[in-house]
Amino acid sequence: MKTKDVPQDNANLMEGKFQEPVYSLDEDGNYTTVRSVGWDPKNAVMLHAWEEVNERIEEVRQKVLDGQLSPLAFYMEKNIMDTSLVGKYMGFWSFKVKRHLKPKRFNKLSRQTLEKYADVFNLSVEEFTNIELLKKK
Amino acid sequence: MQQVMDFEHKQSAHCENGVVSNMLKYHGISLSEPMVFGIGSGMFFSHMPFLKVGRIPVTSFRPLPGIIFKRTSKRLGLTFEKKKFSDPRKAMEALDQNLSQGIPTGMLVGVYHLSYFPAPYRFHFNAHNIVAFGKKNDQYQISDPIMDHVEQLTYDQLQKVRYAKGVFAPNGHMYWLSEKPKEIPLEQAILKGIRQTCKHMLEIPVPLFGANGIKYLSKKIRKYPDKLGPKKAAAYMGQIVRALEEIGTGGAGFRYMYGAFLQEAAGVLNNPKLEALSLDITAIGDQWREFAIITGRIVKNRNKATESYGAAADLLLEISKEEKTFFKKLKMAIAS
Repeated sequence: MKTKDVPQDNANLMEGKFQEPVYSLDEDGNYTTVRSVGWDPKNAVMLHAWEEVNERIEEVRQKVLDGQLSPLAFYMEKNIMDTSLVGKYMGFWSFKVKRHLKPKRFNKLSRQTLEKYADVFNLSVEEFTNIELLKKK
Repeated sequence: MQQVMDFEHKQSAHCENGVVSNMLKYHGISLSEPMVFGIGSGMFFSHMPFLKVGRIPVTSFRPLPGIIFKRTSKRLGLTFEKKKFSDPRKAMEALDQNLSQGIPTGMLVGVYHLSYFPAPYRFHFNAHNIVAFGKKNDQYQISDPIMDHVEQLTYDQLQKVRYAKGVFAPNGHMYWLSEKPKEIPLEQAILKGIRQTCKHMLEIPVPLFGANGIKYLSKKIRKYPDKLGPKKAAAYMGQIVRALEEIGTGGAGFRYMYGAFLQEAAGVLNNPKLEALSLDITAIGDQWREFAIITGRIVKNRNKATESYGAAADLLLEISKEEKTFFKKLKMAIAS
């Protein structure tokens, strides 16, 4: 790729926080880097990946509101985690986390366990357990 | 503690190369990112359909995290001190101690909780490299090779990313240069790096890796639309392009960076054949970009026709052949 052909397709995926160096050949045939704000195909696949994530979050949100799943399921999905990863932060086996996805089990959790979960997601226990908060999002 | 070292932060495409390059610069050794990458045999290909991340098979254009670093330091005769800690507070104490002694210190961190990263780039990837080189007003001064400028992290923020959990959990891993030779064996290191890349791209007897791996992936994606349905097939294709272009490859899955390396190596070794080969790998990189364009279209039109998969598979087959020829030529070019 030539330096003048390095794409600059901005989809604001880097939120203006940085630009990515792309290696390319300048007019004298020497390799150099050009800072790029993005490239269409790459933006498309990244946006698509996030769309898929958001779709799943929305599905789980509905299930939490319907009482099929606990708020833990929502925040797990929202943080792109699975039961095994949440388990590692909690010091639990993943099957134990899986149990807590059921509202019945979740409602019996001790304050201490809830605090630990809430902390993983950077929330207070009140925010974490309040299903009302999921209605607006 | 109120001191900051005179550490020059330079942005790079890939974090591992960048941290090594920046740390060496501090210690008086000037090596560009492509040099570090080439000496560490950073270029690779693998497709592992049985290994899934986020329910999608892994395709990768680089070796496992940490390997470039290991190879580069070994080949240049550099010794790095390394430490891990089970207690996060001890890990932070050890860092503070290093900083007060004026030692720039590299660390492995998770990117998910990295506060200065743009949100779309934050996922649970735990093998990111950064360097701390001082503390000012209780803020750690961070050289993150991905970022344009020096960043800051508080004690709590830094501790959190150093103790991210999951695959490749860093466990507070930190490292710093402790010994270096009077003169680095640059020419030998370059040759070793090239030889190993040729070997890994041509000779691994499992068809998941190297040039053969690309052929294997071509065969797989030809069947994607029938086997997986349009939605899943598009997601699988998207991951390949993310590995190819998303953060850190410098374009076309490191192929351009390797071109830059060969160009520089041609000068160091006084070998004009490498200069010509640099153009060859650049052309192969252009073909990978073409593959990304087709995939971008597939992903955008994921609910419509499925015909582009054939075109993408054909292109990969072509690339596989070209990379095979390329590495055979490269092997010959440095044989003497």
